[in-house]
Amino acid sequence: MSKLSQLAVGQEAVIASIDATNVAAVRLMEMGMTPGCSVKMIGSAPFGDPLEVEIRGYHLSLRKTEADLVELVS
Amino acid sequence: MSVDAPARTLNVALVGNPNTGKSTLFNALSGIRQKTGNYPGVTVEKKHGAFTHQGQKVELIDLPGTYSLAPRSPDEMVTVDVLLGRQANEAKPNAVLVIVDASNLERNLYIVSQVKELGLPTVVALNMGDIAKDKGISVDVEKLAERLGVPVVATQANRKGGLDQLRDTIISLLDVESIPVESPFPDEFRDKVGQLHEKLQKHDAESTRYLAERLLLDTSGYLEKELTSGGQELHNWIVESRNQLAELGQPVPAIEAISRYKWVQSVLDGIVTRETTRKVTLSDRIDRVLTNRIGGTVFFILIMTLMFQAVFSDLVAGNLMGYIEGFFEIIAGFVDASLADGALKSLLIDGVIAGVGGVLVFLPQICILFFFIAILEDCGYLARAAYLMDRLFSKIGLSGKSFIPLLSSFACAIPGIMAARVIENRRDRLITILVAPLMSCSARMPVYVLLTAAFIPDETIGGFLSLHTLVMLSMYLLGILAAVGVAFVLRRTILPGETPPFVMELPSYKFPSISGVLMVMVEKGWAFVKRAGTLIFAMTVIVWALSYFPRNEDAATAPFADEIAQLETQLENASEAEAEQIEERLTEINNQIDGELLRGSFLGMAGHWIEPVVKPLGWDWKIGSAAIASFPAREVIISTMGVLYNLGGEEDEESAPLRETIKEAKWAGTDENVFNIPVALSIMVFFALCAQCAATLAVIKRETNSWRWPIFTFVYMTVLAYLGALITYQVSAAILLS
Repeated sequence: MSKLSQLAVGQEAVIASIDATNVAAVRLMEMGMTPGCSVKMIGSAPFGDPLEVEIRGYHLSLRKTEADLVELVS
Repeated sequence: MSVDAPARTLNVALVGNPNTGKSTLFNALSGIRQKTGNYPGVTVEKKHGAFTHQGQKVELIDLPGTYSLAPRSPDEMVTVDVLLGRQANEAKPNAVLVIVDASNLERNLYIVSQVKELGLPTVVALNMGDIAKDKGISVDVEKLAERLGVPVVATQANRKGGLDQLRDTIISLLDVESIPVESPFPDEFRDKVGQLHEKLQKHDAESTRYLAERLLLDTSGYLEKELTSGGQELHNWIVESRNQLAELGQPVPAIEAISRYKWVQSVLDGIVTRETTRKVTLSDRIDRVLTNRIGGTVFFILIMTLMFQAVFSDLVAGNLMGYIEGFFEIIAGFVDASLADGALKSLLIDGVIAGVGGVLVFLPQICILFFFIAILEDCGYLARAAYLMDRLFSKIGLSGKSFIPLLSSFACAIPGIMAARVIENRRDRLITILVAPLMSCSARMPVYVLLTAAFIPDETIGGFLSLHTLVMLSMYLLGILAAVGVAFVLRRTILPGETPPFVMELPSYKFPSISGVLMVMVEKGWAFVKRAGTLIFAMTVIVWALSYFPRNEDAATAPFADEIAQLETQLENASEAEAEQIEERLTEINNQIDGELLRGSFLGMAGHWIEPVVKPLGWDWKIGSAAIASFPAREVIISTMGVLYNLGGEEDEESAPLRETIKEAKWAGTDENVFNIPVALSIMVFFALCAQCAATLAVIKRETNSWRWPIFTFVYMTVLAYLGALITYQVSAAILLS
């Protein structure tokens, strides 16, 4: 299974699960990252981190370490 | 007049996600009838507004913008407490007004689903329809209201659209006592919440179903500490219940987001239509450039340079400052002509006009700076700036979220420190608060502008960048570098910890609301004027008094009395050439007498005592005294120097601008100028790094709830400032004066 952090720019995928034991995960879920929802990689900041993704019709930024918590349906 | 029952005030709480136009709506509804304050013990701003519609008075409570009503910290708890009527000195709201972004309904309805569990009468304001339209999204408002079971009003807060209908709808809620609680959770979960609520009610009859639900969901342990007496039995029951729910496929806390977003989707199904090919909006295109590796960085530097050029260029600020200066000169001239010499005249001209006037001159620049920051914030760029800066901030152990408080601190550390509330991580927030006063705020600007204008040559480099801008830019840079260094050290010494998360919405770009931006600018400008009229005025009078009294004119004049009498007789019969010489000598004597009087004053005595401490910085005792007197607020140094150098200055130049006066200032009893480039730089560096601002220290105390941190801030910054000024003076003197 691949992770959100590995998604290439312009690619879209569906979320399989989120590691809910992490504190940041609760925030990610509140912001709309729930299993079954699709997410698109928009790009990254000048130094490659953080990332910008599109989810539920809006743009969200998160770090690579946080994107590592999100498993995608492959 | 009709005889109605006494009107009941309707209390309405305003909630919603950040970036939905919530404050714009609040301002549009309540106009200037606003009151701001703070909830005791926490860092949440309390904002009240009011309006009267169809004879009904409505009180609005603006709650902080949030994505979720899940309290995990005391700050988030206040919002929930206000809504549940648990907050002391705050009436329980009769209704809730939720503002949602029409272009982003899915995520915005998450909080609506939480509000609906409170059981309070609710109105939804569907805002930002224009952006939704740009994105090709249309919403069936009637159907949305039907499915939500609460009234929905389409608004366009930035153009005051739909407000009357919204006011009508709010008032129509007057007769509604409560609405049925609607929960999106599965039955088993709801049963557990019901059981927990009963358990809690045994100890506290006031406990609510909503908090019972939150307690079951909050795995961080915060609410358990907050709501229960910490009994082992209850704790075990909660843990056991969570395990049972997990076995049923309802894991806590994930079940909340899953259930609520499922509900959101069922609400929106078929009533939100998107054009089949998703439009690439202008916002998307702008974003592609502004967050681009190269384009984004270039634009960031460009916008920052533009901002500071606008603030410091003569084009806008310079001319306005000239008018204000001229205004005070006219007043000084008027006072000079209409009053007899004496203490009162001295107080007015040397004290009040030189002091307060010298500070008010900087009002245009402060307004311009706040204007820029308000625009950047309103159009959505500040979030991008935080995004671009996150990597750099994470290197020193902070997150991009610290960027916004620190940027605000360039205007003033007080709103900056309060803006640090958006940082959830406590350690991160503390470090941001502790380094925020190092950002060069607008109160330093008077110091920089004055000294730069007076002593730095007016030249340009490469025909574009003026040397003045360059010097000031380096002062700003110095503050930033010092902040980076201090944050780095704090992370590795007294405040260690992991780098906090960075989950942040990047809102769509929108055209800034001009009225909103102007409102912020006027508000901040007025606060500055108020400070000048109160705190700075009071300090000015005190400093003037300390430097005027005790005044023994006879003793000061005595050594020269014979010479003066002699010169004055000579003057009567002198030729033109002789008269000039005699008058020169008289002025010299007068200056010596004034200097003598100042030295004999209370401030003079104190100043001499500290002179050995400040001499290595290149300062005379007047600068030293002015620096001490400016403890309450940095800009006081300007007014104090105005007072001190005016009193000791040449008599016929009393109303000359301060920058001319200090150019003429001499070391006592010599012809040597006090001020030169190294001294000017050393003062600037000192003020770039020092903590001379009582209000900032008070805010740090309030935000950290401890005296420890303001004291720490004052000590570390003063040490840094002294060392910085010492090195600056010694090095630049060695280079420039050798």
